[in-house]
Amino acid sequence: MSVENKNQIREKYDVCIVGAGHAGCEAALACARLGMETIIFTVSVDSIALMPCNPNIGGTSKGHLVREIDALGGEMGKNIDKTFIQSKMLNQSKGPAVHSLRAQADKADYTREMRRVLENQEHLTIKQAEVCELLTESHDNMVESDDRTAAKKITGVKTFTGAVYECKAVILCTGTYLKARCLCGEAITYTGPNGLQPANYLTDSLKKLGVEMRRFKTGTPARMDGRTIDYSKMEEQLGDERVIPFSFSTDPEDVQIDQVSCWLTYTNEKTHEIIKANLDRSPIYAGIIEGTGPRYCPSIEDKVVKFADKERHQVFIEPEGIHTNEMYVGGMSSSLPEDVQLAMYRTVPGLENCKIVRNAYAIEYDCIDPRQLYPTLEFKDIKGLFSGGQFNGSSGYEEAAAQGLIAGINASLTILGKDPVVLDRSQAYIGVLIDDLVTKENTEPYRMMTSRAEYRLLLRQDNADLRLREIGYEVGLVSKEVYEKTLSKKRLIDEEIIRLKNTVIGAAKENQEFLSAHGSSSLKTAATLAELMCRPELTYEILAEIDPKRISLPADVVEQVEIEIKYEGYIERQLRQVEQYKKMEKKKIPPDLDYNDVSSLRLEARQKLIAYKPVSVGQASRISGVSPADISVLLVYLEHFYRRNT
Amino acid sequence: MKTDTITAIATALSDSGIGIIRISGDDAVLIADKIYRNAKNEKVLSEYDSHTIHYGFIVDQDQNIVDEVMISVMKAPRSYTAEDTVEINCHGGIFMMRKILELAIWAGARLAEPGEFTKRAFLNGRIDLSKAEAVMDIIHAKNEFALKSSVKQLKGSVSGFIKEMRAEIIHEIAFIESALDDPEHFDLESEGYGEKILSMINRIEERIKDLIRSADDGRILKEGIQTVIVGKPNAGKSSLLNVLVGEERAIVTDIAGTTRDILEETISIDGIVFRMLDTAGIRSTEDVVEKIGVDKAKNAVEEADLVLYVIDASVPLDENDASVFKMIKDKNTIILLNKSDLDTAVTEENIYEFEQNDREDSCQNGIKNKIIRTSMKEKDGIELFLQTVKEMFFHGDIVHNDEVYITSMRHKEALMDACNSLVQVKTSIENHMPEDFYTIDLMNAYEKLGLITGEAVEDDLVNEIFSKFCMGK
Repeated sequence: MSVENKNQIREKYDVCIVGAGHAGCEAALACARLGMETIIFTVSVDSIALMPCNPNIGGTSKGHLVREIDALGGEMGKNIDKTFIQSKMLNQSKGPAVHSLRAQADKADYTREMRRVLENQEHLTIKQAEVCELLTESHDNMVESDDRTAAKKITGVKTFTGAVYECKAVILCTGTYLKARCLCGEAITYTGPNGLQPANYLTDSLKKLGVEMRRFKTGTPARMDGRTIDYSKMEEQLGDERVIPFSFSTDPEDVQIDQVSCWLTYTNEKTHEIIKANLDRSPIYAGIIEGTGPRYCPSIEDKVVKFADKERHQVFIEPEGIHTNEMYVGGMSSSLPEDVQLAMYRTVPGLENCKIVRNAYAIEYDCIDPRQLYPTLEFKDIKGLFSGGQFNGSSGYEEAAAQGLIAGINASLTILGKDPVVLDRSQAYIGVLIDDLVTKENTEPYRMMTSRAEYRLLLRQDNADLRLREIGYEVGLVSKEVYEKTLSKKRLIDEEIIRLKNTVIGAAKENQEFLSAHGSSSLKTAATLAELMCRPELTYEILAEIDPKRISLPADVVEQVEIEIKYEGYIERQLRQVEQYKKMEKKKIPPDLDYNDVSSLRLEARQKLIAYKPVSVGQASRISGVSPADISVLLVYLEHFYRRNT
Repeated sequence: MKTDTITAIATALSDSGIGIIRISGDDAVLIADKIYRNAKNEKVLSEYDSHTIHYGFIVDQDQNIVDEVMISVMKAPRSYTAEDTVEINCHGGIFMMRKILELAIWAGARLAEPGEFTKRAFLNGRIDLSKAEAVMDIIHAKNEFALKSSVKQLKGSVSGFIKEMRAEIIHEIAFIESALDDPEHFDLESEGYGEKILSMINRIEERIKDLIRSADDGRILKEGIQTVIVGKPNAGKSSLLNVLVGEERAIVTDIAGTTRDILEETISIDGIVFRMLDTAGIRSTEDVVEKIGVDKAKNAVEEADLVLYVIDASVPLDENDASVFKMIKDKNTIILLNKSDLDTAVTEENIYEFEQNDREDSCQNGIKNKIIRTSMKEKDGIELFLQTVKEMFFHGDIVHNDEVYITSMRHKEALMDACNSLVQVKTSIENHMPEDFYTIDLMNAYEKLGLITGEAVEDDLVNEIFSKFCMGK
């Protein structure tokens, strides 16, 4: 596969990152910032942090991920704050748990800015090269203290030119590049996204190491020349008047910029007729595509077929940047042939005379079933090999970045001989994301959704710093100064909540008048300010009038106080559930446990447990096919196991 | 770490004179105190020393006395589970134990999983290490059995009913979640969503409440004391059934059949559930269809826990009666001398003679059957009959499979939890909470109902979202 070269380059690093997309960038920065000598490989330096699909960062639940990445010391939030051109807080009329930030990025700026950060990062080397082979040593060469459950250990990578880079850990962030194939009707090209060079060799190297590969598919809509779009036939979509930054470190004043608009239009019967008439030319419906596509991001032909009763579908026209005319056509991804695409787009109001700059296409790629990974994102069978992003079967820039960050942190901590970081489902969306990936069966590219987080009332985007700054600080990615800021914020919140719970408002006449003036029922007995705040019609701000002792607090503190008090009952309930959940997470299962020795397990459960080696009883309980009774049996067995061994 | 408190019946459910309800966990004493008072009418369990036993009463929600009991308190770690444990020694019999168990659940305990006391005892170090294997086997076996009996006992119609409700609930959750996930696509406010979902919740809540009520009447499970009514044609068998049903002690399912086949009704007499089978009249016959009916009746008697033999007292006993006596000789039987309003041709003595004859043939092993004079027409003797049935039940003369009561209890607990969750959703709506709060409790209701039909949650929600709502860009 690689070119044989006797005088090949041989270099030594701590960590090799394969791929410089959103996962690779976070992984590389985390490693380098933790002092690891790090090298990041990309098939094209010009495609660092490329956004080959939608021009947004954030969105429902994805916005949460960005906030969490930021709280842990990652880069994505800072990068989008520097390069966004429109921003919105979604779901503002709903509960705080589902508020989500979404920004339109200037794609070119985003890429350029991230590349600049990488280029200026100490301990980080950027290399344009295709990694073709993973180098490992077998179990026999491993020293006594090594983890005996992994059969192999990573020692380095080899590139197409034959150069060898020795290392202690490799993080695979290959995105959609492995054996990539793009489809646009009958026209099939063997390229990565945007016509970039694919990586055709690494899959075979992985298979040789016993890694099971599978094939997924995703797609993207066309990009239009903005000059050929008639916006007067569309609804204008504006950004928020007051922009809230993603990063907890960004000064809110710095993000109050002039924003660009997006536009909303709709498909119609004519569009649908054209699609239906040409379905036989769609690679999906003609059976040419083998990969499994995501249901949450269906192509327009999928939408028309599966939701035949819908008369129209939304189409969002979004700018790709401010230095380009190109517009992204959200909602109309497709793998139909070029001529059908043009015809169908031109039925949409405002697009009658459109010119396509880039065609829509579907892309197929190799990835893994992530159940081959531990929650640390390290391979169970290959020590030192980590992975993140679409390679793990996820989808989305934010999901990728989150995994890249965790893989980077854990690769570094492992090399440093420290305990890895595993966020659990009650701590972060990142925890939910990774737990779902490594535990549950996913048959399509995995996308984050707020409904996947069972404790979402606790995992809000507004409190990501309070949840995760400490962990970022302990890992070493968050500075002491930043961490102390979070601590003092927390102190202010706690003090104010206590004060509100202890400040009693009597049933005096002026108080009753105040309440009736705000449409609130009068007091029969005295109540605390906190109790009054629980009334839907009253807020912290409104209550200022009857709260003379109040000191002025920063807006982010007030926000937390308000949420904690208003939703206290629900929050308490989730906290109680978390307590139960944590109990099971804390019960660890030794990696070499022989399930065949646990005779009372049902057969199906035993097979699943042997196959997926859960790290805790909690994780075991989430594997489909493992019943509560099996968990009881396992608990008894583990108790027996630990008591016998002490 | 706090543990939740569990409860279960620790003794066999049926014919013993004394039954024990065990409560174990951090709140055991607190929970028991809610349903106990001593002879001085005080609630004092929490003040008693560990390992003491006390006389007193179990009282219900309205402070009415349910049973006279001895209650013992064992504080952690010196108890079977090594947790705080309360044991209530009550009068035996399914009815009483079930009532007290229900009260313990009402007071805040959770019905124990199969094998859970043993599991806790082991995990808390009370059971020797060498017994681990046995403990695991117990847990495994008990769960397998519970699972099998749970599914087997669930009536088909109930299962379908619950599945329908679950489908409705998950659809609404998916609707809300898709709107939250894709807010520019689905708009909850503009469609008057609050009212729409409120009417759905009210509807489902009513249906669940119906199910909870019928749980006591045995309409959910194929539970109850198998009772077979036999007798010659026209003795008044169907009238007996009609009178029982007509007294409105009963309602419930009817399984299709003809008088020549078997008609089944489930009735509840003061909370004791009977599955009443009315059989074809017994007589020697050449009629093929009727013969089949008679054979079926014989089989039903074989499986019965209780036989009701209806005799037309105005007509002398004959050889057909002899064959009935043969059929029921080893069975718990109540003989009803019916048509007491007409001239009497059969007396108690006649019956004893008949039985005697029969016993001589079969070596004397029957019990003396209870005989009651009735008139279905005048409704005479019915009260006495019901009283007799209840006594037989409480004395443990009537024995039957008791596992079904536990299943039924488990189902009822799940239904109540589901119902409470729906009430919580209504509270959220009334308090103008945003829609994302509704789904927390809706999901809980969905999960609880799934416990009854044995369906795990898995990825139901995500699948529902993607299959019913066109998402994404």
